Amino acid sequence: MSLLSKKDQGFLKDPLMDNNPIATQVLGICSALAVTVQLQTAVVMSIAVISVISFSNVLISLVRNKVPSNIRIIVELAIIATLVILVDQILKAFLYDISKQLSVFVGLIITNCIVLGRAEAFALQNKPWPSFLDGVGNGLGYSMILIAVAFGRELLGSGTLFGFQVIPDAAYAAGYQNMGLMVLAPGAFILLGLIIWVQRAITGVAE
Amino acid sequence: MENLISLFVETVFVNNILLAYFLGMCSFLAVSKRVDTAIGLGLAVIFVEVITVPTNWAIYNYLLAPGALSWAGLPDVDLSFLGFISYIAVIAAMVQLVEMIIDRYSPALYSSLGIFLPLIAVNCAILGASLFMVEREYTLAESAVFGLGSGVGFAMAIVAMAAIREKLRYSHIPEGLRGLGITMLITGLMAMAFMSFSGISL
Repeated sequence: MSLLSKKDQGFLKDPLMDNNPIATQVLGICSALAVTVQLQTAVVMSIAVISVISFSNVLISLVRNKVPSNIRIIVELAIIATLVILVDQILKAFLYDISKQLSVFVGLIITNCIVLGRAEAFALQNKPWPSFLDGVGNGLGYSMILIAVAFGRELLGSGTLFGFQVIPDAAYAAGYQNMGLMVLAPGAFILLGLIIWVQRAITGVAE
Repeated sequence: MENLISLFVETVFVNNILLAYFLGMCSFLAVSKRVDTAIGLGLAVIFVEVITVPTNWAIYNYLLAPGALSWAGLPDVDLSFLGFISYIAVIAAMVQLVEMIIDRYSPALYSSLGIFLPLIAVNCAILGASLFMVEREYTLAESAVFGLGSGVGFAMAIVAMAAIREKLRYSHIPEGLRGLGITMLITGLMAMAFMSFSGISL
């Protein structure tokens, strides 16, 4: 870890638990729930968000001294939208099936509050390298929650993980049933509510 | 006409943009603490949705879709990859306009909405409605109705949630669950209640 100073490690680690973008900063919940019916889409979505947020942080940090502050929002949106278009085209070219499943939610990374929120709160005041680490850290914090929700929903809702069956047939024969609620919208809300409860009980954050 | 009414009912109740597609959660969680600010934000979202969805429909169908530029003598041009950036530009401009109007006519509402007014620009519900409109290939009339319906659906959900949260202030909730946690659980229960509408068809 000689590449990263102690402070740099902080940028990476902080958003994972103590300052998690979803559970503590309450950013980016919009897209977090819709793609979590299956682990596979959740993982692809996480990678897309991590790459958009880290590169948008770098680019915004590079231009931070040249952009007048009253037009900064539109400049930031233009940078983010360009990166999202890139990700969308790459997904369409190489992972067409998954990009169909994600449907409009790749486009909605533009309006994911985490990306704009980190640009405003961090990249505008900091140099490119810390901004990049901050982007990766927050992206990972987001992915962690996303994958935790998807794990629960796919396991309980369909009895599979990454599409492979993990609940043995014997259990079904003995009367076990998949929980249909988990595949539907309410399951996502309730599961996320419980995950936030656990996370806050560990970190001791309270409102 | 009849299918427009049924599209409206379906967008408001069955496929509620917030409770079934999870769009617009950020402002939903942040502004649902008081009923009057929730009503203000709901009205602003309805207004922006009604304008932006048909506008983006026109942009997509006359400028961006494959073959859309044939009126300009360019039938082979496909600009659909520019979609995201044009929709967000339209939305940002509209939000700026709404902000100036509210500031002029209702300063009290303006100050209570505070930071969340400019944040409508990054409200997923609004960009989401435009993207769904493109994906489902609506006509102009359908897209106007869809914009209105998703705005009304969002407003209804946020006002209902604000009313619940005002009552919730007097209840004993475990410490870690206060605020965001309990709000998510209630949203789950609301989404479950809205699912009972799913049998409705006109």
